[in-house]
Amino acid sequence: MFLINCPYCGERDQQEFKAGGEAHIERPKQPTELSDDEWAEYLFMRKNIKGVQFERWNHAHGCRKWFNMARDTSNDEIKAIYKMGEKPPTQ
Amino acid sequence: MTQNLRVKSSEFIDETNRISFKFDGKTYYGFKGDTLASALIANNVHLVGRSFKYHRPRGIMTSGSEEPNAIVQVNPNSNITEPNARATEIEIYEGLEASSQNCWPSVNFDIGGINNFLAPLFPAGFYYKTFMWPKSFWEKYEFFIRHSAGLGKSPNARDPDIYDHRNIHCDVLVVGAGISGILAAKNAAKNNFKTLLLDEKNELGGSTIFEENENNKINHNSASEWLKKEINELKNIKNLEIKTRTSVAAYHQYNYLLARENLTDHLVKKDKKNKIRQRLLKIRAKKVILATGALERPLIFNNNDRPGIMLSSAIKKYSNFYGVACGTKNIFFTNNDSAYESALSLHNKGIKVEAIIDIRENSDAKIIKKINDAGIKIYWSHTIVDTRGYKRLSGVSIMKLSNDGTSVTGSKISISCNCLGIAGGWTPAVHLYTQSGSKLTFDEERKIFIPKADTKEQISVGSCGGDFELDEIITNLNYKLKNFLNINKTDFEGIALENDHETSRRNIWLLPSDQTIGKTKPFVDYQNDATAKDIKLALREGFRSIEHVKRYTTTGMGTDQGKLGNMHALGIIADIAGVKMGELGTTTFRPPYTPLTFGTIVGRNVGEFFDTFRRTPMNDWHINNKAEFENVGQWKRSWYYPKEDETMHQAVQRESKAARMSAGILDASTLGKIDIQGSDASEFLNRVYTNAWSKLAIGKCRYGLMLNEDGMVYDDGVTTRLDENHYIMTTTTGGAANVLGKLEDYLQTEWPELDVYLTSVTDHFATASLCGPNSKKILNKIIPDLDLSDVNFPHMSFKEVLIDKIKCRIMRISFTGELSYEINAPASYGEAIWQKCIEAGKEFNITPYGTETMHLLRAEKGFIIVGQDTDGTMTPIDLQMDWIVSKKKYDFIGKRSLYRSDTMKEDRKQLIGLLTEDPNIVLEEGAQIVSELNQKPVEMLGHVTSSYFSPNLNKSIALAVVKGGKNMMGRKLFVPMENKNISVTVANTVFYDEKNERLNA
Ligand SMILES: [Zn+2]
Repeated sequence: MFLINCPYCGERDQQEFKAGGEAHIERPKQPTELSDDEWAEYLFMRKNIKGVQFERWNHAHGCRKWFNMARDTSNDEIKAIYKMGEKPPTQ
Repeated sequence: MTQNLRVKSSEFIDETNRISFKFDGKTYYGFKGDTLASALIANNVHLVGRSFKYHRPRGIMTSGSEEPNAIVQVNPNSNITEPNARATEIEIYEGLEASSQNCWPSVNFDIGGINNFLAPLFPAGFYYKTFMWPKSFWEKYEFFIRHSAGLGKSPNARDPDIYDHRNIHCDVLVVGAGISGILAAKNAAKNNFKTLLLDEKNELGGSTIFEENENNKINHNSASEWLKKEINELKNIKNLEIKTRTSVAAYHQYNYLLARENLTDHLVKKDKKNKIRQRLLKIRAKKVILATGALERPLIFNNNDRPGIMLSSAIKKYSNFYGVACGTKNIFFTNNDSAYESALSLHNKGIKVEAIIDIRENSDAKIIKKINDAGIKIYWSHTIVDTRGYKRLSGVSIMKLSNDGTSVTGSKISISCNCLGIAGGWTPAVHLYTQSGSKLTFDEERKIFIPKADTKEQISVGSCGGDFELDEIITNLNYKLKNFLNINKTDFEGIALENDHETSRRNIWLLPSDQTIGKTKPFVDYQNDATAKDIKLALREGFRSIEHVKRYTTTGMGTDQGKLGNMHALGIIADIAGVKMGELGTTTFRPPYTPLTFGTIVGRNVGEFFDTFRRTPMNDWHINNKAEFENVGQWKRSWYYPKEDETMHQAVQRESKAARMSAGILDASTLGKIDIQGSDASEFLNRVYTNAWSKLAIGKCRYGLMLNEDGMVYDDGVTTRLDENHYIMTTTTGGAANVLGKLEDYLQTEWPELDVYLTSVTDHFATASLCGPNSKKILNKIIPDLDLSDVNFPHMSFKEVLIDKIKCRIMRISFTGELSYEINAPASYGEAIWQKCIEAGKEFNITPYGTETMHLLRAEKGFIIVGQDTDGTMTPIDLQMDWIVSKKKYDFIGKRSLYRSDTMKEDRKQLIGLLTEDPNIVLEEGAQIVSELNQKPVEMLGHVTSSYFSPNLNKSIALAVVKGGKNMMGRKLFVPMENKNISVTVANTVFYDEKNERLNA
């Protein structure tokens, strides 16, 4: 059970949050221009890596804001939390 | 009944308080302070159960929560009986009843015992290998297995006890109240940390509290006396909360721990009443100090499981703490010095110790001299090769060990005894440590897994951290505490310490016998009857991963998670595979550390509180009018309103007819309602719905279909334009929360540039849906001033009106195909408005109807219900709803997916209508549809999604999804059922009023 530092509310228990899958996958601006394969890449393909993964989280039972998290999936260490639209930390 | 093995009075046992209890139907006596195990042993009862697979007689092995054998059924004759309780943890009370498990018909005569003689037929992987083939034999096996195996019986009545949950936030959590835990908690609290100290036992002090070894001294006093004074001082310390009988079950990330506090299990029946039985503590600690101690290891040798064979440390606890002798003729079998302490404890109380068998060549420990002085014979370099006695140990055979420890030599010596203490060294209790995600490291020298590293948030102290001897425990504790708590000094820094030191070691995971391994039974996991032989077999069959071997042999898979034998299993695998134990790794210890009752896990969330439920503002009216309710999501919705002794079918038929003939009224308050405002609201709707929204005039309503990005139908509902930049969206009842979540997601993450604000207003409005040809007349009676003409108030439009000064929104929309008005009133006026409609509708025989009639009426019209006629694999095209998908819009959620090669396939499952050949047969929802009856295997073309008997059409109707159904109009298909094949014809999905004439009737 993580302790998650919501960028808007502060530290809260994981049960207030909802995980929303991989972060930084932008919805294509012109979907009609894409081939089936390109669209499928956006729609279905997600990473599942051992190590630092960038994820979307939502403070569903709190401020309802979406934000990003860099989490090491091998030990569940939360490396960074940053707002939507911000670039992922490089380190 | 005498307690003939009570050998000394103990300060922990109240001998003035005699308690009677029943075990296997027989009455025994013990004292306040006894566990069921100590009381049984005092009565010379060792045989308490049968093993899982071979049904071998088994006795009490330990004195704690690691007990593998003595698991009993509490209150066996009650319908709220509890299985799998450990006799070593049950505190006796007047009236306690318990019985053995795994015995059929009784512990003394057990039919399954024959499995013991059939043992060659039950090797590792037996269940996997045998019951796979032939399949038809399963029924025969099953009867036998169900009767003879299984761990206890489950209760068949509702648990009457009260359970509770509590959240705790503390600065420092200390798990385990042995000497390390007590000193750690005391010093943390004294330094102003809000501290919580937990221990699974009912008394503090761990094993030091009953220590009688005169060589262990603190400040020149006996260690136990010194510790008692420390415990006494805890009372006066602020910031310290202590909970005994509290077992930490799980240690999750970020110092989140779950513990079970046992509050009433030790009380007599009348004192348990109305009290919380167990409480689940949900603890978030800033820092955690693990002081969970160590578990003694058994030794693995032939027939090491007979009743009377126990851990040496358990024998010591029974003797020193409970004042009970485990046997009258005792032998100890050891690979370290600790067994000598146990032996001396017994000897000093006048209990006979026949011999000590030590696999080591010698030891220089001071205590050896005392054993020699006591005249107890020590057999150095010897091992037990076999034991005797079926229901109770009667003797052992020993032989000399070879130098390499793999074989035995010389002649066999036989010694008789009725109790054998085995001492295989100590395993740090790192279970919680590893649950937290921290890694272990293997100490090859001492053959133990120890915590790899302490962190700023967690340390392991005492023997769970790998410190076993008093001086190293206290010295390291002092050092670690100062760092961890960032304090200058502890209150025990510099105290004088004296103790013995371990001088020699010898470790042999599997001790040899004079018989071949195939003929021996060296148990590694007592509870699951896994032997070293099974492990060897698994390796021979090619298993290498420790996790695979564990599952194949079931080692460590019991309720005790193999706390005793896991290390031996690893050791044996490492020896055979020729690898180092550190490289092999260890198995994962999973929560809970000891089993939890379901009651504790669910706490107060039972019965009515199991899940939140929501009721509409008109709920009281529904109850007063005898509605039957159904659950829709969390809502309790009126299902139908039976009159007198009507069946559901009769009620629904009557309601459905009334709604079309004259007038009906439905409580539609549960529909999701989302208020949408902002200058980009129209653009936003354009992007989330499949159809166009920019041209919707103010005051008009429109039906919308929402897709997922994969093109599949997600939700639907009517949205009304209240003003230039203001809409109210309705969603399905079950989808409301998810739709809001999805819309918020897009707004925040994909389209943050849009000026749109979403607010859930589902609970703010109550909705009464008036329907039927007379609904206009009824509404006219309620609001005489409003012009209800089709010109002024046409279908799919909205008016804001006052009803008795209450501001209401009325939408002329229809889910039934009839003329229909939805009146939305502020929730608190919902019942008043509803009542007003009922009063006004009386002369038209207005009929309240529930969800079932609503479903029937919309099915007559072929309107879909998302989630019933769709299942997340249906596109709007599949639903034959092409008309709602805008071709002009450049983009909307899911649009691109409608042009994927897969979603464009002609033979996808498509929504169609079905009519049965016999109009009286109503199809079953979910029934499969085929086109051929004689073909085998037959292709399933699809299934029935909605099916009703339509009173308005006087025939059965159904909706179904069928492969390529769009092009099958008029075709004959079959619905094969268990006893008959039903002939059906593919039809239009709209069964009633195809031209929509009734909307303006
Ligand atoms: Zn928040």
